[in-house]
Amino acid sequence: MPSCDGAPLLDARGLLRSIGRFPVLHYINLTLAPGEALAVAGPNGAGKSTLLRILAGLMRPAAGDVRVLGHALAEGAPQARRAIGLLSHQSLLYDDLTLLENLAFTARLYGLPAPADAARDALAEAGLAARAHDSPRKLSRGLLQRAAIARALLHRPRVLLLDEPFTALDAASADRLRDLLRARLAEGLGLVIVTHNLAEVWDVATRVAVLVGGRWAGEEPVAGPLTAFLPRYREWTGG
Amino acid sequence: MTGSGSAASSAARALARRGLRISLAALLGLAGVYVLALRFTPVELRQGPAQKIFYLHVPAAWSALIAFSLVGVTSALYLWLHDPRLDRFAASSAEVGVAFSAVMLTTGPIWAKPIWGTWWTWDARLTLTLFLFFLFIGYLALRASVHDPEERARFSAVVGILGMLLVPFIHLSVYLFRTLHPQPVVLKPSAPSLPPEMLRTLLLSTAVFTLLYVGLVTLRYALALAEEARDEAADAA
Amino acid sequence: MAESLRLALAVAGKDIRAELRSRTALLSAVVFAALVLVVFNFARDPTALAATDLAPSVLWVTFALAAMVALNRAFTIEREHGALDGLLLAPLPRGALFAGKLLANLAFVGTVEAVTLPLFVLFFNVDLWRALPGLIGVTALATIGFVSVGTIFSAMAVRTRFAELMLPVLLLPFMVPPLIGAVQVTSRLLAGRPLSEMLGWLRLLALYDVVFVTLCTMTFSAVVDE
Repeated sequence: MPSCDGAPLLDARGLLRSIGRFPVLHYINLTLAPGEALAVAGPNGAGKSTLLRILAGLMRPAAGDVRVLGHALAEGAPQARRAIGLLSHQSLLYDDLTLLENLAFTARLYGLPAPADAARDALAEAGLAARAHDSPRKLSRGLLQRAAIARALLHRPRVLLLDEPFTALDAASADRLRDLLRARLAEGLGLVIVTHNLAEVWDVATRVAVLVGGRWAGEEPVAGPLTAFLPRYREWTGG
Repeated sequence: MTGSGSAASSAARALARRGLRISLAALLGLAGVYVLALRFTPVELRQGPAQKIFYLHVPAAWSALIAFSLVGVTSALYLWLHDPRLDRFAASSAEVGVAFSAVMLTTGPIWAKPIWGTWWTWDARLTLTLFLFFLFIGYLALRASVHDPEERARFSAVVGILGMLLVPFIHLSVYLFRTLHPQPVVLKPSAPSLPPEMLRTLLLSTAVFTLLYVGLVTLRYALALAEEARDEAADAA
Repeated sequence: MAESLRLALAVAGKDIRAELRSRTALLSAVVFAALVLVVFNFARDPTALAATDLAPSVLWVTFALAAMVALNRAFTIEREHGALDGLLLAPLPRGALFAGKLLANLAFVGTVEAVTLPLFVLFFNVDLWRALPGLIGVTALATIGFVSVGTIFSAMAVRTRFAELMLPVLLLPFMVPPLIGAVQVTSRLLAGRPLSEMLGWLRLLALYDVVFVTLCTMTFSAVVDE
């Protein structure tokens, strides 16, 4: 697969998006290198979800562009889209299909060579082999999250976008998700985690950026405990 | 935010004033058309005074058709350019179009009863106008039930485009049924079969209705602007 | 092109598999169609109208209403758990996505029609055998057009309030040309008229299919892409 050497995993330039004349995102730039985990925080309505949907290629920016491994992320754009995974607070799974059928369908969408085998392997890896023929409807919240992660990572993306992934997870499942993310980071995956609760992501993130009113209010590498950062967070968000 | 919001609402007010002036001029013109049609235009020989309604019916149909075509054209342009002004115009044109279709659909049967002896027939052009009306209503119902302005614009643009292409199909399929409607008698280039006085009244009325369309759309567009400014102010607060 | 076809078939296969598992929409559409036929039979004055005179209209109104019921569900499955995002995220051309949903909907509506037809023969006592191949052809020709428009409208309707009302209000005007054509051809087929008498209508149906399948494929991206 052709890939531009030296290009960052993710490179967004001048992203603009508005509702009416009201800007939701105001010329936002963002880059992400392998092994980097960027936590995007900010108050409600700051434009975090909009930013993530644009990075995922689910929403078109009114201006600016997103490049993934140097490939522009437009409709279709298979190279760019194959390199991106999304884990949201929703599972993206169909209740009327079994887990195996769900993942095999995902594998087909991404053009993986042996969809059924890829799905089986991913389920085994997630410890869900025994539930392969169950509907997602029958899974507990924690197991469902594992299935959703297996779906998001099935096509081996280089960048994983996470939209409030810890919402409605119990403490044990949240810990397991953090362990898994740290392991993948070490392998060179890039992460963008949108959250309203920095405590959930603080020991995963390598960088933190704060979005307020559609603009970056501040950004810095993660060093030291969260409590040392919080005064600056309050200053940036003006509250 | 309040600064640009009040700028938007003052722009809306200026536009509304212009729309009001055009509409009032058109209404004045309409009064003139009544006088001209009733006093200074000869009574048609076979149809009698019932034919006078023709000076309202045909221009209303004309305006409804303009309204509808412009909804289709601006819808297509919207999907290309994503300019919210195009969407606002399409919505305004559709609402005004409903009003003109309603005039057309009420004056039609009033004329048809004495002349054809029946209020309603499934004549090709009559049926077409009925469906034009239904399409407008569906378009507006869709707009009313989508909350996000950007999504509403995309959805209604798709309906506008599909609707524009549906019209010839409805016309063609209904036409293959027998048609009773009077054939076009106005601008046949070889020999205009309408007496010059009648033609003059009709053309004047058409001009007046076109002006009325422009005035009403301008007003409706200004209203849409003001509503958006209000919603944004509410969001910002 | 081959890649798009493969993806479209994957999407359609997913829908069909999910529907076969739950069976709710398919079953309710079939039961609905049977009920419409029964109601039609009692809604006519048997001394004034022979069942066969009414047969083509009854058949097509039943098909249209049952299709509406089947189409209403087409995108609800994509709205649960953010499944549509999962599709839009993938390297899946929007035209292929539309084609996949269209194929699945054609399979559903086709199944409902295939079950309705024998019931129609039974209830209305029409002799179909000679006309059957032609009837299947005109059914396919008319169904492709309005299911195509119905597919794009149902993608919109699930995003609106009152989705079950929005779809019929939008779609019924678009069903008029295919329905008129289909009824005309069907009554000529049942009367054993020669093909030449149906050619104009068949051309209209085919033109409708070409225009609206193309247009819907082109504009589908505007419906799903934010």
